[in-house]
This record gives sequence, C-alpha cells and structure tokens, in this order.
Amino acid sequence: MWPVVIAGSISCYALKLLGFSVPRQILDSERARNVAALLPVALLAALALTQSLSTGHHLTLDARAGGLVAAVACTAKRAPFLITVAVAVAVTAGLRAWT
Amino acid sequence: MPRSAVRNAAAVGLATGAYGFSFGALSTVSGLSLIQTIVLSAVMFTGASQFAFVAVLAGGGTGAAAVATATVLGSRNAFYGLRLMETLEATWWRPFAAHLTIDESSAMAFAATDKRAARTAFWATGVAVFVSWNVATIVGSLIHFLGNPTTFGLDPAAPAAFVALLFPQLRTRPSRAVAAVAALVALAAVSFVPSGTPDLLAAGVAAVAGCAVHRATAEESRS
Repeated sequence: MWPVVIAGSISCYALKLLGFSVPRQILDSERARNVAALLPVALLAALALTQSLSTGHHLTLDARAGGLVAAVACTAKRAPFLITVAVAVAVTAGLRAWT
Repeated sequence: MPRSAVRNAAAVGLATGAYGFSFGALSTVSGLSLIQTIVLSAVMFTGASQFAFVAVLAGGGTGAAAVATATVLGSRNAFYGLRLMETLEATWWRPFAAHLTIDESSAMAFAATDKRAARTAFWATGVAVFVSWNVATIVGSLIHFLGNPTTFGLDPAAPAAFVALLFPQLRTRPSRAVAAVAALVALAAVSFVPSGTPDLLAAGVAAVAGCAVHRATAEESRS
C-alpha cells in the first residue's frame, strides 16, 4: 500500500506546484478552465453512485441505496457535513438490521 | 494581520475539521494504517482526492486507479495556483504556497478586495485548515482502535461525503447535466471495466462537456 500512498500524494502535490510554475498561457485557456471546473462534478457524482449501487462488477440495490437517498435529503436540507454522513450511516445500518 | 482575516480563517479551519475527522475514520476502517492515513492528510492534503483515494481502494480498485482518480480530482488545484501566482507574488516560498493551495484557501484569497488582503486570507486560511485537517484526521483515525472495523458499517460514509461535496457545485445547468450523465456512464460501465475505472470514464464526460460548453460560448459571442 505504501507505494500507492506515496505516488498519490506526490502526484496531487505536483499538480499544485504545476499551477505555480508553468507560464500562464500554457494552462490558461477558457477550454481548460471549463474542463477543470466540470471534472470534480463528474467524478463526485460517479463515485457517489458507483459506491452505493455496485458490488464488484455487479449493480446492486441494497441498504446503501437508502443511505445515499438519506445523504441527498440531508444535503438538500443544508445539514452540516458530519450530520449528513452520520444519518447516511445510521439509515444504512437500520435498513440492514431490518432486512 | 487584520482580525477579521484571522477570525474567518479560524472558522473555515474548524468547519473542515469535520471532514478531516470523517476522513481519518474512513481511511483506517478501509484498511490503511494510521501512519498512511496521516501521510495522506499531511502530503496529499486535498480533501476530495483523499476521500476518493481510500474509497477506490476499499472498493477493490487497483492502486493505479486510486492514484488516477485522486489526481484527476486534484487537477483543479493547478488552476487555483495559476490564479494565485499573480496575487501571492511567490518567490522562494512557492513550494509552501503550492502545498496550501486548496478549495478553502483559494476561495478566501479570490474573495479578498486587494492583493494584500488576499495574501493574508490565503496564508491564514491555508495554515488554519492544514492544522485543523491533520489534527482531526488523527482523532478520526483513532476510531480504528475502538473495535473490529468491519462491524462499524461505515461503507455509506464515503458516498455521503461525495454527495455533500458535490451539491454546492451543481448551481449551473451544464454542471447538473454533467453530473447526471457522468453517474450514468459510470454505473453502465461497472460490469465491463476493471474496478475503480468506471469513475475515470466519468472524467471523460467532463472533458467532452467542457469542450462543448467552450464551443457553445464561443459561437454565442460570435453571433
């Protein structure tokens, strides 16, 4: 696991340093900015759904889906971060105990 | 240093502590050691990337997929740096400024009215979040010592964190469309591609959509 932890850490730091180091015109296009703004949106949406609705290579509908719905509801109601996470964990645990 | 900048920095630092606590718990429960968790928070130091990194590993993804996902999520920091470079007039301490370049410190710097205030806001926020994030990570990771991690049932915590991080970014119509299409593409790909890579296909959706938005705005301004 260590090589992966170190590679990931260096890679993320290198990106930060890159922004401070390259001449402005290389990265500073409207197109690059648009893509960079949409990357977190796409990845976070994909991660939230694949982590809740799949196991290995199969799509699954289980208690985690209830946790996801609870998290969406909490966020829509502007609940604080820790409350959102805690409610999602509690709802999933409740559904697991019930089914 | 103006008192308001310090107060704002302290508030933002405390708020990110909640994320740091969750990350520490999730990371150690996902099977990373206490020291590896601490290294991620101290060196990677960019929240969404860290959550994604441990989530991909916990989901059975390869190390390469985890590194790639964290890197793609962290790419926005490069664009913050690009804008900050002018404001901060970085010299020998550029590597330190780069390290503290995250969503919170950049947002506070960009919101400031003049260069001097921007510099103060950047450093105060960056240091406050760094300290709070790392202390909270250690506290959160101690949950690992309370018992057998598999009994915690923390697996819905990561998706909930992603939802909370995603929502504030869904204000525009293109971003909502990208989120929906990206999620569907990733789900559709789950059965066909190696674990951890469906989410990277979603990054492709952002790349295509980003270029399309660019073309649309260019055509609009021409006509």
